[in-house]
Amino acid sequence: MTDQITRFNLAMRVLHWSMALLIFAMVFAGLAMVRALEPWQLTLLGLHKPFGTLALLLLLLRFLIRIKSSTPSLPSGMSTIQVKLAKFSHWLLYALMLIIPTSGLLMQYYAARPIVVFDFFTIPAAMVPHIEYFAVFREGHSLAILLLITVLAVHIGAALYHHFIRKDGVLKSML
Amino acid sequence: MKYTSVSLLEKGFYVASLAVALLLSPLTQAQTEQVTAQQFVDLQQGQAHFPGFRRAHAKGICVSGEFKSNGRLSQYSNATVFKAGTHPFIGRLSIAGNNPHAAELTAPVRSFALSFVTGAERWNIAMNTPPVMAVTNPHDFYQQIVALKQGKEAVKDFFAEHPESADFLAWKASYTPSSSFALETYHSINAFYLVDEKAQRQAIRWKMLPLNEESKNPYTGKDALQQEFATRLEKGSVRFNWQFIFAKQEDDENNPAKLWPSNRAKVDAGEIFITHWQPQLSGNCHALNFDPLILPSGVIATEDPILRARSAAYAESYRRRAKEQLMGALEETAND
Repeated sequence: MTDQITRFNLAMRVLHWSMALLIFAMVFAGLAMVRALEPWQLTLLGLHKPFGTLALLLLLLRFLIRIKSSTPSLPSGMSTIQVKLAKFSHWLLYALMLIIPTSGLLMQYYAARPIVVFDFFTIPAAMVPHIEYFAVFREGHSLAILLLITVLAVHIGAALYHHFIRKDGVLKSML
Repeated sequence: MKYTSVSLLEKGFYVASLAVALLLSPLTQAQTEQVTAQQFVDLQQGQAHFPGFRRAHAKGICVSGEFKSNGRLSQYSNATVFKAGTHPFIGRLSIAGNNPHAAELTAPVRSFALSFVTGAERWNIAMNTPPVMAVTNPHDFYQQIVALKQGKEAVKDFFAEHPESADFLAWKASYTPSSSFALETYHSINAFYLVDEKAQRQAIRWKMLPLNEESKNPYTGKDALQQEFATRLEKGSVRFNWQFIFAKQEDDENNPAKLWPSNRAKVDAGEIFITHWQPQLSGNCHALNFDPLILPSGVIATEDPILRARSAAYAESYRRRAKEQLMGALEETAND
């Protein structure tokens, strides 16, 4: 048997922390731009959409790397329910990271709003808008964000719990 | 530095710093009392609430037709719509207000919105009869609507406190609403930039001037403008001249309350032909949010604070009516 892995590989760590930064920025940008009537709103809106597209592409890359890489096993001594919850919350985060940008793209599509991605290309939108499909993806986008914020709170809380209370290597495995 | 050439890195840095700034924003916003898109749309929809309808300019009709471009604007902007030729559009004629069943003839503000699709791009245009706003930012605009709802005295006080409304008041004194959608002049109000192939910008406003025969409106009911328009279309298309007004260096394109001097250069881009109309709920304009910040390449937004507030406010109105429609709000409603 090979050596026990204690850390996620470099690619996974880089993707984890860069996406963490991106997701935090996107959530705050999103919450601000749906409320603000300030002149920067349009600029922020114009950044939120291409960065959301980027987040989706990064997620697909991350998912590919995840299934091709070995990952550190959870520390021994965790109860079965804790292990199950840990695995479930990680897959739930992946699901939300997929659902959020996808619903964002689809709500723009059905509202007939093309998305300009960093002046490189334009993602076309529906010729004929469909307001009810828009409503589904618009409300879904918001609900998924609320769920994401909740799961992230658990995720961060769990990382701190492992590090400061259990004093195991879980947080360090991602540093 | 050209706006369009900001590097990816700078954009990333910008988002990150905005996120940090926004984390701290509750501290700074407590003092400035900024109106949000939600508060704005709450005010527009008022106490009487019409689920499934637009929150502003709730009553109108869908129209469609084509723009015959003469090509003269294409040296100032690479937008496809300005290339010589025929460009189809869908649009909407409406009156201001939150009531989708309101009487039309007495409505003081009429509107014309258009939407062009060219390739992967879309250009939405939302015009009103006044050529300028009374105020220069969305927060004062909010207070203006509050005053309008309070009555004449409040309006008088509001304008007295806002000397920037002089151009708007002068226009208002000279204007009498006509009895036809086809006899109004519609204005872009806010200024935009035309951008040519060398990335040169020209600040412009535009208007659409009616080219239609004066005639008396025989209808008097609450749908009089729609009925008159439908009757008029049976005799042929309704036409407008699409005219662009070019700002000079000394004109402030970011101030929507200030008219530019009348001697500014004007360029006619071509003629708008409205050929068909449809009731609004079954028509092809119903599902569209005419957010005037959906722009094609070749046209970009100025920093005008009211223009830049329009996207968030339109989005909030669209979100509300979309959700209401999904929940079945319009299933029992007849077209009006």
